[in-house]
Amino acid sequence: MSVLSAAPFSPEAIAAEGIKPEEYAEIVRRLGRHPNQAELGMFGVMWSEHCCYKNSRPLLKQFPTDGDRILVGPGENAGVVDLGNGLRLAFKIESHNHPSAVEPFQGAATGVGGILRDIFTMGARPIAILNSLRFGSLQDTRTRRLFHGVVAGIAHYGNCVGVPTVGGEVYFDPAYSGNPLVNAMALGLMETPEIVTSCAKGIGNPVLYVGSTTGRDGMGGASFASAELSDASMDDRPAVQVGDPFLEKSLIEACLEAFKTGAVVAAQDMGAAGITCSTSEMAAKGGVGIELDLDKIPVRETGMVPYEYLLSESQERMLFVAEKGREQELIDIFERWGLHAVVAGSIITDPIVRILFKGDIAAEIPASALADNTPIYHRELLPEAPDYAQKAWAWTLNMLPPCTLDGISINGTSFNWTEVLLNLLATPSIASKRWVYRQYDHQVQNNTVMLPGGADAAIVRVRPIHSPNPQPLTPNPSAPGVAATVDCNPRYVYLHPYEGAKAAVAEAARNLSCVGAEPLAITDNLNFGSPEKPVGYWQLAEACRGLAEACRELKTPVTGGNVSLYNETLDSDGKPQPIYPTPVVGMVGLIPDLTKICGQGWQTAGDLIYLLGVPVDAEPSSTVTLGGSEYLAAIHGVTAGKPPIVDFDLERRVQQVCRDGIRQGWVRSAHDCAEGGLAIALAESCISGGRGATVSLVKVPSLRWDELLFAEGGARIVVSVSRSHQADWEAYLEGHLQDAWQFLGGVSSDQAFVIQTEDNLPLIDVAVSEMGDRWHYAIERYLES
Amino acid sequence: MIAPILWNKPEFEALTLGFLLLVKWHHREVSNLGRKTIVTEAVKFGVIVFPGSNCDRDVAYVTRDLLNQPTRMVWHEDSDLSEIDVVVVPGGFSYGDYLRCGAIARFSPAMRSVMEHAKQGKYVLGICNGFQVLTEAGLLPGALVRNRDLHFICDRVPLKVERTDLPWTQHYQASEVITIPIAHGEGSYYADADTLKALEDNRQVLFRYCSPTGISDPDSNPNGSLNHIAGICNPEGNVLGMMPHPERASDPVLGGTDGIKLFQGILAALGVGAEPAIATF
Repeated sequence: MSVLSAAPFSPEAIAAEGIKPEEYAEIVRRLGRHPNQAELGMFGVMWSEHCCYKNSRPLLKQFPTDGDRILVGPGENAGVVDLGNGLRLAFKIESHNHPSAVEPFQGAATGVGGILRDIFTMGARPIAILNSLRFGSLQDTRTRRLFHGVVAGIAHYGNCVGVPTVGGEVYFDPAYSGNPLVNAMALGLMETPEIVTSCAKGIGNPVLYVGSTTGRDGMGGASFASAELSDASMDDRPAVQVGDPFLEKSLIEACLEAFKTGAVVAAQDMGAAGITCSTSEMAAKGGVGIELDLDKIPVRETGMVPYEYLLSESQERMLFVAEKGREQELIDIFERWGLHAVVAGSIITDPIVRILFKGDIAAEIPASALADNTPIYHRELLPEAPDYAQKAWAWTLNMLPPCTLDGISINGTSFNWTEVLLNLLATPSIASKRWVYRQYDHQVQNNTVMLPGGADAAIVRVRPIHSPNPQPLTPNPSAPGVAATVDCNPRYVYLHPYEGAKAAVAEAARNLSCVGAEPLAITDNLNFGSPEKPVGYWQLAEACRGLAEACRELKTPVTGGNVSLYNETLDSDGKPQPIYPTPVVGMVGLIPDLTKICGQGWQTAGDLIYLLGVPVDAEPSSTVTLGGSEYLAAIHGVTAGKPPIVDFDLERRVQQVCRDGIRQGWVRSAHDCAEGGLAIALAESCISGGRGATVSLVKVPSLRWDELLFAEGGARIVVSVSRSHQADWEAYLEGHLQDAWQFLGGVSSDQAFVIQTEDNLPLIDVAVSEMGDRWHYAIERYLES
Repeated sequence: MIAPILWNKPEFEALTLGFLLLVKWHHREVSNLGRKTIVTEAVKFGVIVFPGSNCDRDVAYVTRDLLNQPTRMVWHEDSDLSEIDVVVVPGGFSYGDYLRCGAIARFSPAMRSVMEHAKQGKYVLGICNGFQVLTEAGLLPGALVRNRDLHFICDRVPLKVERTDLPWTQHYQASEVITIPIAHGEGSYYADADTLKALEDNRQVLFRYCSPTGISDPDSNPNGSLNHIAGICNPEGNVLGMMPHPERASDPVLGGTDGIKLFQGILAALGVGAEPAIATF
């Protein structure tokens, strides 16, 4: 008789917890008996991909995680880097994709709440939030509803809790129609002398439950997040948590105050899998056990059974291990903030999680079986790229209609290059995200040095709020700051996961360099389809290989992150529709002196415009290409080709030169060439600076006109430099970039943006105001339509 | 105690009002006469902290760190404001803004003291959620309702300074257009016609939304406020409520500094020569 047939549960009941038959057999082997209902639920959530990374862990191992500035790497609530001068930055990214698909407002709001808790659990005060969002086409009414809801949810939570949302990225592509991505990243400045960890210690120490009450909301959210979405998922709204940012704001203040007493031994946020996850992970880390009495837990509804207590994902809750005898000190602090803090258990010698309920043992499981020694699946990697990729790579430029100096004819309609440029500026992925960031309070805390839309990365001043010195802080204009960005071009990753993932890291570093920041480290959010399918696993494995290599090459170790798999929607025919593989890279950088930064807009008429990176008159190569470009997708409706190949040596040199130029005070604006290539980068610098420009481009005969204007890649950055620094700047470029820079033209005193050939023939000629109108209001127009 | 400002007729009238208010601090001024430098005498700021306040530290950063004035954070359960000169009710979401923005905050012990403080003619500044609290508490007329487009708006907007003969605005030029950040979901000023008329007749509107060139029309009104109102004072002029955030436009490192003049105006009115730390940059 098999283990399964002897189980006190039906196969359906076991499957309903997300547990596979062979996993059930393993549970019985570990326990030496069959689990009860509560225990089965605990295994279900803890052995989900969301909590134990059973598919991705072998791949994550290859990431570089060490570095001079890394204080805390993967495995804790958040990573921590050393900014120097005693300043330490905690940061982390996390997804809330599935909840947002079902209930966009609360799904996105609680995503923000969760990532903030990861930060302040470490003893850091949250100082900034960024978001990386993916939606389907804005022409679809359901997408518009999701987009509205997600943005409002993020705004609601972030604005109320008083942490500025300073940056982010939003892409629109039909690949995300039923499965939007909502990734939130938070940064925090350490306020406690010691970094608070989740390692439970001290036999007999009390375990405190703090924060909000426990209810039936968010039941089994982790399992829910680890399965494909289907039409039936829409009935799974109880799996979506409900957030209370007001409570979280009080929780931040109370926790930081509590940590400063020194009476807290360890702390962990109750996020996914709530009480189950926090007790088992804290116990497993410390090699001890935790006994917890559910009767002590403050509840918001009656009649709950252990299964519900243990799997609830009610928000704004934490678990503390306190020093014995100092419980009351902590309880007083939380009560002052109107929050619950109760002693609900204690640390025990046996390395088990023992749950008591109404005087009986409701569950008893070795902590490591839940949190540490969990299943791992080593999957077979496809020996070669799957068909869809091979087909896409077979695409060549010859498949595009011919084009001339005057423009291009697509399906019988002629466009000149100015029209193509304006159409690209109005594509939702390129257009200004003003409609989004205007809804986020991006200035609270009085440290936002660079406003959203003003530069390639967000810049926040690093200003300790609680300095040990009670004297007024002398305002210091050259104080340090941090820059942060979230990046991933998912079309690149779809077409070539390895190169696409490398490009995501390179672009993040380039964006930081464009504001003058030294890239330090990354947190990554791996949003993929099902790893149980060969193509899905190939995408995941190849992207991880690319991320690992890029992080080594650019010396930006991974300090942690999040894995969100099974991002597929089943259509009504039951056919799975995977998203584009989307490894979002959240990168932080150091700005030693806030007077040495720059934005992306032109500053002064007469300034000189240069291109750093692969020059426009270089022979065509795989580093600069229309493959996977926004031009190809938006103008021709084609997603094909190989995306640009990253040249790390060139990236490093270009980024170094850009940062040096900014620190020398030569470079007055910098903007990287991303979606839409050189022409879009120049146009955006015009719009952002409110000034025109005239540039001349040399085309080699083997290049097409659209390649010249809209090809992507090449480690390219467009900078402007004051005329008075021309000699110093060019001498420096000669010395450091040799053949990887080019003079393009100048910032005009009028409002015309002109791109011309070397023979002064106009390719593009348009007023900055016309570009600005298309770019600024494109998203609003889609929403009104 | 005479602030170093230029005199003209309307300002003279204002100073008369200011003088009447300042008489209340007479004892403090006298006791300080023996000091060497009266200009460095401090104005004591009190910043009310409700659970859910989130601009409290931003205000303190300006008054304590940028302007070097003693600043005390006043917990909502604390009712002692005795030594405080200027009370600031900061922005945020007091008590989560449940029920209605500011509706719960008004019942706190600290707010009862703020009402008393205001009654004594002392200065009270409500910013954003603080403005909502002041209207709920009846210290200012009208109410703040959902923005016209129902979205939260965070932006930098031009404001016209409608009068410069009050301590709050004395460091601005008449009809000056200044740029101050806004960040609110419920900032659309509403009052009935009689109240609006009284506000206008008494010249209680201090700040009005406008275009960069000073035109107030629906396009330059971000939230649908009646009469384009961004900030009003009580008839006596000692209580000011405004949706825009002057504390966010005070530090040159962050860009605009149009907001610091509001705080400097109060310092001057209380006899402190504003020597802001930022002047030493």
